[in-house]
Amino acid sequence: MLSTLVRQVQTLVRYRALIGSLVSRELKARYRGSVLGFVWSFVNPLLLLATYGLVFTYMLPVRRSPDTDPYFVFLFCGILPWTWFSSSLLESAGVLISSGNLIKKVLFPAEVLPVVTVLANLCHFAFGLPILVAVLVWSGHLSASALLAVIPMLVQLVLTLGLALFISALTVHFRDIANILGHVLHLWFFSTPVLYAYADVPALQPLLRLNPMTHVMIGYQEALFFGAFGHWRGLLAALVVALVAFAAGAWLFERLRDTLAEEV
Amino acid sequence: MSAPAVVASDVSKVYRRFLHKNQWKTLKSALLTGSLLSDLKPDETFTALDSVSFEVPKGCTFAVIGENGSGKSTLLKLVAGITRPTRGTLTVDGRISALIELGAGFHPEISGRENVVINGIMLGLSREEVERRFDEIVDFAELRPFIDAPVKTYSSGMYMRLGFAVAIHVDPDVLLVDEVLAVGDEAFTRKCLDKIGEFRRRGRTIVLVTHSLGLAEKMCDEIAWLRRGRLVEKGDAKRVVDAYLTYVAGGEEALLAAEHGAPRAVEGGTAAPETAPGEPEPGAGGYREGRWGSREIEITEVALCDDRGRARHVYAHGEALHVTLGVRAAEPVEDFVFGIGIFTADGTSVYGTNTHVEDHVPVAFSGDGEVRFEIASLDLVEGTYLIDVASHRRDGTPYDYHRGLYSFRVKSRVKDVGVWRPRHAWRFTGVRITPPEPRPELDLRDEAGS
Repeated sequence: MLSTLVRQVQTLVRYRALIGSLVSRELKARYRGSVLGFVWSFVNPLLLLATYGLVFTYMLPVRRSPDTDPYFVFLFCGILPWTWFSSSLLESAGVLISSGNLIKKVLFPAEVLPVVTVLANLCHFAFGLPILVAVLVWSGHLSASALLAVIPMLVQLVLTLGLALFISALTVHFRDIANILGHVLHLWFFSTPVLYAYADVPALQPLLRLNPMTHVMIGYQEALFFGAFGHWRGLLAALVVALVAFAAGAWLFERLRDTLAEEV
Repeated sequence: MSAPAVVASDVSKVYRRFLHKNQWKTLKSALLTGSLLSDLKPDETFTALDSVSFEVPKGCTFAVIGENGSGKSTLLKLVAGITRPTRGTLTVDGRISALIELGAGFHPEISGRENVVINGIMLGLSREEVERRFDEIVDFAELRPFIDAPVKTYSSGMYMRLGFAVAIHVDPDVLLVDEVLAVGDEAFTRKCLDKIGEFRRRGRTIVLVTHSLGLAEKMCDEIAWLRRGRLVEKGDAKRVVDAYLTYVAGGEEALLAAEHGAPRAVEGGTAAPETAPGEPEPGAGGYREGRWGSREIEITEVALCDDRGRARHVYAHGEALHVTLGVRAAEPVEDFVFGIGIFTADGTSVYGTNTHVEDHVPVAFSGDGEVRFEIASLDLVEGTYLIDVASHRRDGTPYDYHRGLYSFRVKSRVKDVGVWRPRHAWRFTGVRITPPEPRPELDLRDEAGS
């Protein structure tokens, strides 16, 4: 298991030039032909934020402590990384199938494709960060601990890569996954403290603790919003889970690799 | 001789037949053993390649021929490393570039320029290498004015040209080509062939899958013939093409016999002219075997024989060839022309004539007759040639047109090239040169074909 993990990382390092150019192609191609173009990278998270903000402030107000005021800012800290996570996984489900002619007709390292998906979405996440920083400055929440947000980011990257490898390879065999994945991610979203603070739901905490994204999310919120980063143990546990997920994803991909060209 | 560029030993490739109920089984066995197939019964699988072994020496141009579904493309994919053999091993020495599907990695939304860079990197170049070759690629594809437009606006010909240009400029040690030479117009096809020829001269290895036997015979040093996943024959290009043609001709005769009963029993009245061929010397384009016509004068028998009247299919160059047509008209006919055409194996016309262009004036014909076309000397280079015979009206309306149904082969000890061998001699003045040892002429008179 460890050796597959190492080999997978080596492969990805070897193909870094390819991955780099594919990511930039992905970014260029995404908004080609739209009027706003690249601006969508900034507008998308803002619109999502506005929707959730309106719904959970006015229509279905969440029971929450005043710690999370202003709620929009709190929400922003969680929505942005969650969008990276969920769109990476949703896109990786279809990525091998939609690039079938690459896998079938060209000698091409297939694992590059889900990785490119995750990294392209990481870039969109990064484009949203300046807005987040601006908002944090405006609301007076920005502190030096914001730099520590890089730690939950790394944990999330490893976890997302592992899940993306896993999902992309398995979806080739079971197209059903693409259908069910959206619902799973929805449930997962509500089981992760994005809309509410972890501290506000004491009854659910034992359950939420099992979710690695809970710890990642708390990490972001502490670093960015609360300005007091201290969730080391939870993040360490999440990192272990993320590494296991990555190794499992790499192992599954390796096992199914030969079948991909035939099944796509 | 140096080490071979490609070595296949006992290579088999088994695919599973597509059945939904097998999905769990194949996934389970893929996870447990890394193989898709171990849980499947033999009737749930399909053997695309069966214990194929061969070597391609460095610098060799190697073609794979065979009917559709014979496993040619599967073999090429295995050599390219896109799929792995189920059994056996396959090793390739050096950088591979596969022209299997041109422009497979192009993204329609971004410009040709960006696609060239990304495609080049996909095919194994570094970014600097692509940038160094960029101008050459664009000029080769003849797309300079369009290179900054998104690829989705390209015509399919432009798309293919760009794909070909990138793939060929990867400068591989082993080039794999799968029937992609039919890209673009004639001029571009010639350019592609020139480029492949340049590869040959520089001592690179080429593995080619093709249906064009003429191309294979002209370009390749060695040919492998696959049939239903098995290697039938491998070796000298001409020999294998000849064996394959003999096999195909046999298959066609069997097919014709099955359709119409014995050739003699063909009755008139089933005119099905796909085209309306005039003189029996049409151009090379669209040459396809077949038989059509209204059968008012039916060609009941065609015999190829030498000047001693012995039926043969293989001739030494310079020998005589007589083509004898048995003809029959149920009703009296007054407007008729008999014609003959000779073609190379790839459909290029060598010669064509008929009684009308040679000013014979038809008078009347009914009942049974015989028409003989006598060639005094076959001044042709070695190769396989196909014959058209026809009876038709003076305006070209066919009575009975047999296209490419008969073939003969010319053999020679001299490895000259082209089609026509004029009677010739070399004379030297002031040049010291040793003339060849006198060799006995090829005598094929006793290995007469059936």
